[in-house]
Amino acid sequence: MKSLEEIHKIRKEKRKELDLRTNTKADTREKHILVCHGTGCTSSKSPQILENFKRILKEKNIENVRVIKTGCFGLCAKGPIVIIRPEDTFYANCRPEDCEEIIQTHIIEGNVVERLLAKDIDGSKVQKLDNLSFYKKQKRIALKNCGMINPEEIDEYIAFDGYKALEEVLTKWTPEDVIKTISDSGLRGRGGAGFPTGKKWELTRAAEGTQKYVVCNADEGDPGAFMDRSILEGDPHAVLEAMAIAGYTIGANKGFIYVRAEYPIAVQRLKIAIHQAQEYGILGTNIFNTGFDFDIEIRLGAGAFVCGEETALLESIEGKRGQPRLKPPYPAQAGLWGKPTLINNVETYANIAQIILKGSDWYSSIGTENSKGTKVFALGGNVNNIGLVEVPMGTTLREIVYDIGGGIPNGRDFKAAQTGGPSGGCIPKEHLDTPIDYESLKNIGSMMGSGGLIIMDDTKCMVSLAKFYLEFTVSESCGKCTPCRIGTKRMLEILEKLCEGNGTKEDIDKLEKLAINIQKSSICGLGQSAPNPVISTLKYFRDEFEEHAVDKVCRALECKAMAKIMIDPEKCKGCGLCQKNCPVNAIEGEGREKRAINQDKCIKCGTCLTSCPFKAIGN
Amino acid sequence: MKEEMINLIIDNEHVQVPKGTTVLQAAKQAGIDIPTLCYLKEINEVGECRMCIVEIEGRRGFATSCVQKVEEGMVVHTNTPNVLEARRVVLDLIISNHKIDCLKCIRSGNCELQALARKFNIQDVEFPGEIIEHEIDDLSPSIVRDFDKCILCRRCVATCKNVQGIGALACVNRGFESCISTAGNNSLNDVNCTFCGQCIQNCPTGALHEKETIQEVWEKLKDPESYVVVQTAPAVRVALGEEFGMEIGTNVTGKMVTALKRLGFDKIFDTNTGADFTIMEEAHEFIERFKENENLPMITSCSPGWIRFIEMNYPDLLPHLSTCKSPHQMFGALIKSYFAKKEGIDPSKIYVVSVMPCIAKKFERQRPEMKVNSIPDVDNVITTRELARMIKQANIDFVKLEDSSFDNPMGEATGAGAIFGVTGGVMEAALRTAQDVLTGKDLENIHFEQVRGTEGIKKATITIDGKEIKVVAASGLANARTILEEIQSGKADYQFVEIMACPGGCIMGGGQPIKSSKIREEVDVKKLRGNALYTIDEKSQIRKSHENPILKTIYAEFLDQPGSYRAHKLLHTTYQRREKYRI
Amino acid sequence: MHDQKENGTCQEVQANITQFMQEIFHTYKKQKDNLIPILEEVQEKFGYIPKEAQKEISEFLEIPMAEIYGVITFYSRFTLEPKGKYAISVCLGTACFVKGSRKIMDRLTQRLNIEPGQTTEDGLFSIDETRCVGACGLAPVFTVNGEVHGKATVKMLDTVLDEILEKEKTVEK
Repeated sequence: MKSLEEIHKIRKEKRKELDLRTNTKADTREKHILVCHGTGCTSSKSPQILENFKRILKEKNIENVRVIKTGCFGLCAKGPIVIIRPEDTFYANCRPEDCEEIIQTHIIEGNVVERLLAKDIDGSKVQKLDNLSFYKKQKRIALKNCGMINPEEIDEYIAFDGYKALEEVLTKWTPEDVIKTISDSGLRGRGGAGFPTGKKWELTRAAEGTQKYVVCNADEGDPGAFMDRSILEGDPHAVLEAMAIAGYTIGANKGFIYVRAEYPIAVQRLKIAIHQAQEYGILGTNIFNTGFDFDIEIRLGAGAFVCGEETALLESIEGKRGQPRLKPPYPAQAGLWGKPTLINNVETYANIAQIILKGSDWYSSIGTENSKGTKVFALGGNVNNIGLVEVPMGTTLREIVYDIGGGIPNGRDFKAAQTGGPSGGCIPKEHLDTPIDYESLKNIGSMMGSGGLIIMDDTKCMVSLAKFYLEFTVSESCGKCTPCRIGTKRMLEILEKLCEGNGTKEDIDKLEKLAINIQKSSICGLGQSAPNPVISTLKYFRDEFEEHAVDKVCRALECKAMAKIMIDPEKCKGCGLCQKNCPVNAIEGEGREKRAINQDKCIKCGTCLTSCPFKAIGN
Repeated sequence: MKEEMINLIIDNEHVQVPKGTTVLQAAKQAGIDIPTLCYLKEINEVGECRMCIVEIEGRRGFATSCVQKVEEGMVVHTNTPNVLEARRVVLDLIISNHKIDCLKCIRSGNCELQALARKFNIQDVEFPGEIIEHEIDDLSPSIVRDFDKCILCRRCVATCKNVQGIGALACVNRGFESCISTAGNNSLNDVNCTFCGQCIQNCPTGALHEKETIQEVWEKLKDPESYVVVQTAPAVRVALGEEFGMEIGTNVTGKMVTALKRLGFDKIFDTNTGADFTIMEEAHEFIERFKENENLPMITSCSPGWIRFIEMNYPDLLPHLSTCKSPHQMFGALIKSYFAKKEGIDPSKIYVVSVMPCIAKKFERQRPEMKVNSIPDVDNVITTRELARMIKQANIDFVKLEDSSFDNPMGEATGAGAIFGVTGGVMEAALRTAQDVLTGKDLENIHFEQVRGTEGIKKATITIDGKEIKVVAASGLANARTILEEIQSGKADYQFVEIMACPGGCIMGGGQPIKSSKIREEVDVKKLRGNALYTIDEKSQIRKSHENPILKTIYAEFLDQPGSYRAHKLLHTTYQRREKYRI
Repeated sequence: MHDQKENGTCQEVQANITQFMQEIFHTYKKQKDNLIPILEEVQEKFGYIPKEAQKEISEFLEIPMAEIYGVITFYSRFTLEPKGKYAISVCLGTACFVKGSRKIMDRLTQRLNIEPGQTTEDGLFSIDETRCVGACGLAPVFTVNGEVHGKATVKMLDTVLDEILEKEKTVEK
């Protein structure tokens, strides 16, 4: 247990020690080597990099240099990432064997290891993280501490004003003050639906009942989305602090974090964070000697996307199949075990403490008229800078794709972006300049969603994309209500027919009819939004659907059944590269002979397409 | 306090209903019949099938009328083109995943899905596709599951879990693969199913039905070597008429007997007389235990689903069960002993068919305990529904039949035997005899109102000869569980407990005519059928089992007295601990 | 209808399961919401959820076995049969899909002749679909016993499979 005075002392002293992390001109002889330990970098061996650094430093008896594991820096495409501070040198794509050189050249000799510097969009090598165009247009609020602190050290969190908002609220604010500030800030739910957060807190506070609960929805299930995971991995205390503030505000003393078991690192860090907070007396009974009790339990999601739907999540916490409940009643009225329950998503919580500390005016000055603050996106797909970005609401898609994302690789063209994952819709080229906020996205038939942002180039078939999302929805549908259980399956079957070249124009009409009716008659958000990818691709790429149905052509060559991969004898130079790369030995010909594909053997994997230096292989 | 009323508009009709009413019920009041499938009043109100969707002005998407409560000023539309299209799509989707073999389906003509398909005139499935096929489970003696006909309404799951407190069925898998199944997809025969058959009663389609055994009856009726005796349970006579379009709760005893005669049974006996024997044995058993204060409370044993339940779930309480066989088993044993001897028929030639409101009886008759000298008491159990089918197959115009009476020498039963078919009836019948035996008088007060009525649990304290007897009658297995928990924890000190597996008793048994959710919304089937039994009792000449002259004769000539060695051999049984999951 | 395969569960295994279940029951209250955490532990320990464990949980939490079976079959992390010695998961998250992970999966099912969720007869391999392992920067990705293989190609998959088969051959010898 720590008294408030002790926590203040930790904040002051630790902050001094960590000054070099934020201040490039810090007056110190110390250096911190920050090694990203997000899931992406971890799976490409960053723990070994960390070990190597530690070992080498020890071997060489170098003092004043500390190696720190941090959360995600965001630029996953260039991982594993190592940053050396205070000078803020950014090393990309590091391997364990690079540690020796970094220590020797950078730490001992004071020179930059040129070859490990990241290349920016224009090809120039950039030394500092802040100079990378990837970071220039970003504004980090929810991700403030990610990549900055060691998420497994509560002191580091405290050093950067951690738990100050909780202290403030518990000692000086009434619950009404909190609700007013959150409401005034304009913060809306970051899980996707965009319900005003202050309003939700107010409703839950107003609900009758002595036992209430605070729940954090960390069941981030959108394929290709990893915002919440990065926050939990990089800054778990921010979520705990916000949940405690929420508990005080609505009158709850128990919180649950429902997190995917597929996120072992996030789970581990949350466990450590909860344990540390309990040891400090920041969670538990009589917090900061104010008489307020609050504790948090972790519940693991066992692999069901639908549990991201709030009522399904509640069912799952209660130990049941994660099948959504009918609403009303809403969780604010009857949630966990029928008690009023506040459910917010990770990113929403990650904004709370800063809104409390910096004020609602500060927060509402960022963003657009109806969408305040920032939004974190997991940028993926056919874009150069795959990673995590946080931008002010209102940033355009073009800025994200080209300025931050560095454009489309391999000189390809942008075709569409998908927001909101399987519940969202696609945004075609003509809407690249749409400002990203809740209303604008809705107006063009997409949705904000939780933050998955997948970029597709012109080699992507939109029918197949719609099929991909329907496959996902069908396999993740809980099976409770008819339209979603059978209807999405029927939609998928029609899409499969189209992709196999067996579809008709009537099938497209049927698809549309099903889509509209499923949207309107399903019970929960999953079912109601399942048809969105089809509706939006039909809206913008109907011609592609018709080509599949009528002409039996897939212009992107993605639909295998319609594709017949052939080698153009005019263009083939007989180099044999395709043959070498073919996994099933389907390519025939010897020496300098022109090659030909044995269609019986060909599995249409497309390996030859990409391996041909003469672009001789095609449809 | 005056009930708060809510005003709303449904399809341009002004409706005023009490607060808390659902839109579906409010619409009904306005003469608007919104279609439903998964909805089953008080049992399954979950809004899953989406047939009952309606438009409410100012709402995004459709509302679920079976769950949605009315609100002041609400404007509801139940039949806009949008709603109709969505509803039709939903119905089409359900049918697209349904084994359509109405011609050979046991529920054809009494199927809620079929009725909707007719209403919407579904001729071709608009959205056809893959149909998941399941193996038919017909391993149990009582229930057949054909899940290719299941529409996932989950009424059976709710019934099994909430009404009966069993949970033999649950929804398994996810999404399109979802199905209603058992632990490990095993047969109902090998899991904790009690064979009460309430799931069948609540299934809107042919996915769950009884295991039909009438073919064997037909064969025995044609076999000159066999002496085929039929007996009919009390509850059958007040429900059989429903299968021929007669009103619920019509007593058709006379017509039923005539029909059975026409079918060619050699003798037609009344299980009610069997019930009188049960009372004789059970009342005396109770008096013994009560005097000795041994194994109290004594719990009745005539409901075989209930017996399976206690054997599986509370084996430690088995000594509390009365050792009496159920009435039709007792009667079967007497037919093959006393009657056979008297008539000079070789017992092995006698084929006893019991017509029962119950499908657990199909299991019961196969129990090894239900044999005397390796001869089974009963050879076949058919349900009320199966008997109706036999009558129809024999081209008998049931409604027009004249009345006739049960055959002698085992014919006349008492009113006490009749009320065996309704919850509280066994208790009442037993108390009538017990109080006379205990007091040695012929008491006039034979109505035990405290144990009458359709409630699931009825408790009472009865004073006989200055002694207080605490009794309770429970029906439905969830209620049974409540009582057993009380007994096990020592919280209750009952002396006599009556338990019937089916809510309401045998009149609502798993073999009775199936009533659609719509009918059950409108009328109280339990009450109508129950009242019919009480009327039979009222009109009976003799209303106490021990006064039945046939009983007097048989005890004098054959059995000696209740609880005698021979009575035990023929009329009593034993129980066994039973594994819940044989998987 | 009956699961023949598991009838042969030897007593030793069963005793093992019973012992483990009794151990973990000490750490849980008899609350229905503990079902999923308990199943997680069993899955973790045995690599699947044995029938015997389901029975014991059913007794302990007083939840009908059918309902437990319903929960197990609802959540994709729970399995009813043991995973292969080499559990291969292909990420079919959007980022990986866009980068062609479907081709990896197709090749895998073709080579091993099993579908996702199944285990090869020799118990060597099992295949699963996963949604985003979080290595989107390395898309497409597949994992073998949790080890991530990023920027995967059909050829790379073949190499990995061949290496495993080669290794197993030597072990056999």
